[in-house]
Amino acid sequence: MLAYVMRRLGALVVILFGSSFLLYNLSAYSTDPLADLRLSDAPNKEQLILTLTRELRLDLPPALRYFIWLRGVLGVFVGNPNFGLTRENEPVIDAITGAIPTTVRLVLVATFVAIVLGIALGITSALRQYTRFDYGMTFFAFLLFSLPIFWVAVLLKQYLAIDFNDFLVTAKITPGWIVGLSAAAGFFWAAIISGTRKRVTLIFIGVFVANSIFLSIISATEWLAYPRLGPIAIAVLGVGIAYGVTYLSMGLSDKNALKTTLLMVAVGTVSYFPAQAVLDSNRPRLGMLVLFLILLAVSVGGAYIFARIDRGPIIRTSIITSTLIGVLILIDKMMQAWRPFIESDDVNYRPVATIGQSTIWLTEVPFWVRVLDFAMHLILPTIALTLISFAGYIRFSRGTLLDVLNQDYIRTARAKGLTERTVIMRHAFRNTMIPLTTIMVGDIAGIVGGAIITERVFGWQGMGTLFNKAINSFDLNLLMGVILFLSTLAILANLIADLLYSVLDPRIRVGAGK
Amino acid sequence: MARNRKEVEIVNEANENAIANKETEGLSQGQIVFRRFIRHRAAMISVIFLFSLIAIVYTSLDWRLGNKEKPFVIPGWWKYHFEDMPELRYADCPGGTVGCPTIDAVPFFDGDGMSLGEHPFGQDDIGRDYLSLVMRGAQRSILVMFIIGIIAATLGTVIGAISGYFRGWVDGVLMRLVDFIITVPVIIIGSVIGFHYGNKGAAFLALLLGIFSWTGLSRLVRGEFLTLREREFVDAARVAGAGNRRIIFKHILPNAVGVIIVSVTLLMSGAILTETALSYLGFGVVAPDVSLGLLISTYQDAFTTRPWLFWYPGLFIIAIALCINFIGDGLRDAFDPRQRRRLSRKDKANARKLESRAEVA
Repeated sequence: MLAYVMRRLGALVVILFGSSFLLYNLSAYSTDPLADLRLSDAPNKEQLILTLTRELRLDLPPALRYFIWLRGVLGVFVGNPNFGLTRENEPVIDAITGAIPTTVRLVLVATFVAIVLGIALGITSALRQYTRFDYGMTFFAFLLFSLPIFWVAVLLKQYLAIDFNDFLVTAKITPGWIVGLSAAAGFFWAAIISGTRKRVTLIFIGVFVANSIFLSIISATEWLAYPRLGPIAIAVLGVGIAYGVTYLSMGLSDKNALKTTLLMVAVGTVSYFPAQAVLDSNRPRLGMLVLFLILLAVSVGGAYIFARIDRGPIIRTSIITSTLIGVLILIDKMMQAWRPFIESDDVNYRPVATIGQSTIWLTEVPFWVRVLDFAMHLILPTIALTLISFAGYIRFSRGTLLDVLNQDYIRTARAKGLTERTVIMRHAFRNTMIPLTTIMVGDIAGIVGGAIITERVFGWQGMGTLFNKAINSFDLNLLMGVILFLSTLAILANLIADLLYSVLDPRIRVGAGK
Repeated sequence: MARNRKEVEIVNEANENAIANKETEGLSQGQIVFRRFIRHRAAMISVIFLFSLIAIVYTSLDWRLGNKEKPFVIPGWWKYHFEDMPELRYADCPGGTVGCPTIDAVPFFDGDGMSLGEHPFGQDDIGRDYLSLVMRGAQRSILVMFIIGIIAATLGTVIGAISGYFRGWVDGVLMRLVDFIITVPVIIIGSVIGFHYGNKGAAFLALLLGIFSWTGLSRLVRGEFLTLREREFVDAARVAGAGNRRIIFKHILPNAVGVIIVSVTLLMSGAILTETALSYLGFGVVAPDVSLGLLISTYQDAFTTRPWLFWYPGLFIIAIALCINFIGDGLRDAFDPRQRRRLSRKDKANARKLESRAEVA
């Protein structure tokens, strides 16, 4: 294994060398940093050209210049890398390290949402193969495949930001919207659950009525203008989460698992009160960590008290439950910051941001307002990136699950009399995840590439902006820095994907080929 | 009860197999694939729609060939050319805007019938007819798509075939080349190329983009060749005295053609999005030429006041890409040997009828 990793890392260096040489020459031959100087009518034009030529070593052919650049880069191995200077005489490495966090924030959230939603929809679609829901999902995925992201982005800006912000001023949902949204929800659930015509009609009516009542309450209480959860809502949602997670992972017949997760709901709800003090203190990050560790410890402890068999899976179930409840507490904390956030002068009742990565605060604001601000700026780019990338996950997880369901071991599992839930979640779903994991890791590099357009549309200052700037100002050092970063990421992601594959699927042994 | 249902299902499955087998009796592989494709409804609709769209788009504008002063004109069905500058329409536009679309797509409910009017898609800032601009943009985008598709298909197939068939050092060198290119995201390579060569015209840009888009396909083809070259029919051909070239093109390639066609269609739908994205970033087709991405990029700020400038080019991109994706899906199903068609009730009834007739006879 180690030998394999070493060999792959060696290959990585060679590939990086080759691709950077290729791109360096490609860009060097096609750029002319002197172009605008040649056209200028400055009196000291000759002088300027000479200086720039000497600075950028333009007297040497690109192939030789590449090796000068490479000598600086190879400094990585002696701890003194030199990626050169940008045209503004800033070290390239500073520009890139400054841009990475922004891009990572953008890409990570979008990838996470895309994976979770994509897999959920894909798997539901596969379990309902050849139903209306399945055909609908297929069409939806193809539609998303065909959408240009910059086009979607403009639509999102108009309807999800500008119009939604206008709506938030009153936060009154009109009856037309209530009926429309409830009907959509009704169709969605009726299509997923399916069954006889009578059952489908009942489900539709049930969901429609429940949704209408829910939305009417939301509208009447102006909840969207004054959002809050509070301990009661957290407890109610928590019980729902506990039942849902237990059903998916252990089955509701496992009373020990149910007891443990319900205990976690109780602990989580009680911890809501001390959590407020901790999160409001001047070290909120540390507070979050402590809170999370406590919940973790209680979930492990609870599982030990209630469960004699299946301790491992029950611990896992209760950890998932308590993490979700922790997230609820954090969401509640952000909701508490909502009024100060939108009432501040810098936001001025336009909470969903269309441009930029954060508000430039003119006054000092509390920690949670800043966190909320980051979240509000993330919404639109995340939706845009998610819409584009999760179509792939829908299609892929559907296809993989259908393949897995045709395998003999699924037939065996059914023949043993296991419940459908166990067959799907324990036998089929896990084997579906193996190829999916490798796809996910491999995708990350591609999404970073796609983020270039997203950053441009939404005015974020990340890798994409650097890249645009590098091309437009003929900045070869900066351009090569960005490209080197992206290609290293791509190759490393591929390596990790291969290694993960062999870890997840013991039948595959990496490096056994030779 | 439940067991009974399972048994019925199993019997049904056997029946369906028999029906499927009967249907493919005496047909060549190509015929089977073709029939399966014809039956894929979404794909067939897409094929018809795409070809009509291409026909409409390419016959819409005048083709002005030859020199600028006295061009040789092949007239199109639309009265304006994208370089014409008709007068900007001020009258009867909503909200005091100018150059609004005159298309009336509502049939007879609103009193008058459907009509195109003077400027169906409206006009841009300086009065150019937007229908002709969108048509021109669609022409460019489709052209770019096909050029990239053809170049990538040729290069990818040939390089993948050589690499998978000969293996050894040839394979090593070619696959390292693939590694070099594949590590850099397409949009990056495209931008570097597009920034410098975008002004040389869409066709030239497509040519260069094609040179960098064959890598994924070549890996797939190589994989196919690596397995196919070990098969008995290849040995048989070799024993019969066939040369390398003959084995590659006459024996192995026809067996790999499914994989190639499917991935080329998907590559083409990716290509049209790449082209529009590059044009949007300003690294693709540049003014005075027109492309769909460029139109969106130019008028995205006009969305609130004059949304038609934004909707029409976007809808054309989506329509083209969606058609190609559905065609690709249909082809994948058609080429997939494991794919069994879901039998409709009519098929089953037909089969039952045939069976009973056979029994009577």
